[in-house]
Amino acid sequence: MKADAIIDCVGLYCPMPIVNTTKKVKEMSEGQVLEIIADDEGVKQDMPNWARMTGNEFLGIEEEKGKYHVFVKKKSR
Amino acid sequence: MADKEKMTLILFSGEMDKALAAFNIAIGGASSGMDVTIFFTFWGLNVIKKSEGSIKSKGVMRNMLNFMNRGGAKRLPLSKFHMGGAGKAMMQKLMKDINFPQVDELMRMAKELGVKFIACTTTMGMMGITKDAFITEVDSFAGVATYIAEASESKINLFI
Repeated sequence: MKADAIIDCVGLYCPMPIVNTTKKVKEMSEGQVLEIIADDEGVKQDMPNWARMTGNEFLGIEEEKGKYHVFVKKKSR
Repeated sequence: MADKEKMTLILFSGEMDKALAAFNIAIGGASSGMDVTIFFTFWGLNVIKKSEGSIKSKGVMRNMLNFMNRGGAKRLPLSKFHMGGAGKAMMQKLMKDINFPQVDELMRMAKELGVKFIACTTTMGMMGITKDAFITEVDSFAGVATYIAEASESKINLFI
């Protein structure tokens, strides 16, 4: 999947991945896709739930060598 | 989205681990787009006290209490295995190993995300703590009616 921006959350635990995601998404424009790379298994459930709560679109997770690549699309009003 | 959803937390405890849990949840709520308010009461007030200097108040008992209860986010003990600070130091080492923020860092983060801090005036009166004993991040000073008003509109209410 192609992303407009990437943040590296490898080595970080809850709540840091969602904090960093929230900050990054704020800077991005509507419709853009953010890729979050993390290795804490918690993100598998946390990211879809974060997206549901904030109204952003959860596009999916790709798992690769113990790392999770999460894709979220900033909501458009 | 319509009106923002609300969350209220009561931080009654003044221990490092419990403060970590409270700020973690507050940050999670704020990151998820909620309006979050933390009410600090009783020992929880220690979390938002300034770290430097002791508090001058009237009466021997209050002065003694405030001397033994100096507070400040960096001075909080662990609720279990504190062991005169040795356990706390070890816990902080473990946190550092996984890049987990300390209480003061989490508190700053919560503030950045717009979490509101309210200090309980009843405890302040009883313990003889004045407003200037607290860090400037405290938004307001209030009592139970303010908590009830906020909590009645909140989907999540926790007492820690």
